[in-house]
Amino acid sequence: MLEVRHLSKSFGDRVAVADVSFVAETGRTLGLLGPNGAGKSTIVNIIAGVLRPDRGEARVHGAAVDSDTSPAKRLVGFVPQDLALYEELSALDNLRLFGSLYGLAGAELDARAASALGVARLSDRARDRVETFSGGMKRRLNIAAALLHEPRVLLLDEPTVGVDPQSRNAIFDTLAELRSGGMTLIYTTHYMEEAERLCDRIVIIDHGRVLADDTLDGLYARLPAHARPVQQVVTVRPTLESVFLELTGHRLRDD
Amino acid sequence: MTHRLAAMRALVAADLQIFFRDRRSVILNLVTPLAIAGLFGMVFGGGGSAPAGRLAIAVVDQDGSAISRAVAAGLAAEKTLAVSSLDEPAARDLVLKGKVRAAVVLPPGFGEAAGRAFLRSTDRPRVAVLYDPSQAATLAMVQGLLTQHVFTAVTGELFSGDGGTRLIDESLASLDTQGTDAAVTADLRELLTRARSLNERNRSQGGAGTASGGGLSVPFEVGDEPVTSGSTPYNAYAHATAGMGVQFILMMGIEAGVGLLLLRRRGLWLRLKAAPLARGTLLTARVVSAALMSLVMLAVLYGGATLLLGVRVDGSLAGFLGIAVAFALTTAAFGLLIAALGGTPEATRGLAIFATLVMVLLGGGWVPSFLFPAWLQQASLALPTSWAIGGFEAMTWRGLGLAEALPTIGALLAFTTVFLVIAVWRFRWDVASR
Repeated sequence: MLEVRHLSKSFGDRVAVADVSFVAETGRTLGLLGPNGAGKSTIVNIIAGVLRPDRGEARVHGAAVDSDTSPAKRLVGFVPQDLALYEELSALDNLRLFGSLYGLAGAELDARAASALGVARLSDRARDRVETFSGGMKRRLNIAAALLHEPRVLLLDEPTVGVDPQSRNAIFDTLAELRSGGMTLIYTTHYMEEAERLCDRIVIIDHGRVLADDTLDGLYARLPAHARPVQQVVTVRPTLESVFLELTGHRLRDD
Repeated sequence: MTHRLAAMRALVAADLQIFFRDRRSVILNLVTPLAIAGLFGMVFGGGGSAPAGRLAIAVVDQDGSAISRAVAAGLAAEKTLAVSSLDEPAARDLVLKGKVRAAVVLPPGFGEAAGRAFLRSTDRPRVAVLYDPSQAATLAMVQGLLTQHVFTAVTGELFSGDGGTRLIDESLASLDTQGTDAAVTADLRELLTRARSLNERNRSQGGAGTASGGGLSVPFEVGDEPVTSGSTPYNAYAHATAGMGVQFILMMGIEAGVGLLLLRRRGLWLRLKAAPLARGTLLTARVVSAALMSLVMLAVLYGGATLLLGVRVDGSLAGFLGIAVAFALTTAAFGLLIAALGGTPEATRGLAIFATLVMVLLGGGWVPSFLFPAWLQQASLALPTSWAIGGFEAMTWRGLGLAEALPTIGALLAFTTVFLVIAVWRFRWDVASR
């Protein structure tokens, strides 16, 4: 479980986060929604222990993330918005390095790296340099690097930016597996359809403040009556993505 | 502690792996300094066995007298000069174009006037020395040699030349009209009379008769002795290797610093910071990897210089290694300082390279620092480059001992400490989120 209590953070005169609180239950996916500059990444960075809050705290299964070496950081996996990978190294070398930072070594590290490569569906490209990968492959490896130490909470900061539908679907499948395994996911995005598809609960943020914190149904219920979803008998039109996947297939395109 | 060491080892290994995987970077960092050191060393005298280059000057003899011809001949006989005889416009043109370093213009009537001025302190002829202002050190050398040869030629003409008796007779005739003290006049008359007698005797013996023989000469000879480490001659490659080594290793330090800025830009810094590691561990790993890369570069550079350029550690090997380690740490701290103070990687790289080149120049890496003004030579002691280059020279061709290395090691470690303190103080740990 992740608890965020009264987080505030400013950069100079700019208030990035103002008194933000929310709770993410174990095995659930919490979406942080907001436009660009809303403060989503700042909140995620604070939970990851990358930024120090001016006030407030984040607790992972009761342990505060309050220092560089805080044990709580071992419970958190962080997938930054940027592709945080050493392009010059192979996928396997990247995973070995990031695993070493969490105290993994030897056979255990090798096993975890192999498993993470499997999750990212990159086992056959383990020894290739990351700079030779497509955008989708890098995104998947970016996620795999955060899974090596088997975190209890996974922070994903816009993890599908710039990927093709096949890779996005692969990422969604991976996230579904992780959640079913009991991992708590914190997912920031400004793609509403992703939030609708993945998240059990959604926190909408703007100007560093929480505007809403509820389930999808709860959020719909906040709308004025005339704007709420209604049950109708309609012909459901397929999405363009479904047409695209039907034509191009679901197989990953990593070449 | 074990976890921290393992993490640090992994970070250092990754840095080294990246550094050595980039072939262009390896060539740039390992081969280029050796190649440029070879070039610089060759330009500045090579391994010590090659003869020194001769200074090109021109002599314009507008007089054509025995004295002026003797001066020209004397200069031409100097082993340090390559003398060409030209007219004044041609000589001026070549000086302007930098083809000759200086031109000596002996004006019409020079010999007569110089002989007369020697005896009576009358109006002295003016000899113009045209020189290349970019080679100002040449002027003093040419003036010194000119003075020597004019002195020899004029006295040679007076004591053994055909025109000498006439000049002496003129001086004798003018003694009574000068209004000097009678006793002084008597002494001068006797001196000139004996000089005339000497001239006649020299000419009657046949050998002399020109301005180039029988004159006064400089009353000493110079026996030059290069002071080096015993049997080893001065090796200009040793100086160049030190200078280029320091320069390129600092360049590598810049890249290490810029690499840290790129880590921020690429989001890797966030991932590293998200790991349960102390800040000190992350920064120490950067320092260690940069220092190891510096040491590898030094080892390859001096290994290559030993094999190819004949550079040897004739001094204390322990002192050399101590200086190498201290300079490697200074380089690593310099890189961290750059990362702490830098803005964008591109702007930081440009500014840091400029600063490094200036430091290497002032540290004597390109040209010997004795060419600098005295205040600048003192000021350069505030630069780590000056200490490092001087230290490596001291342990190689100068052949000095460990005791001479200790001040250099101390100075470099002091620079390291200052750089690290500022870097840690100014390092921006937090990155503003988007």
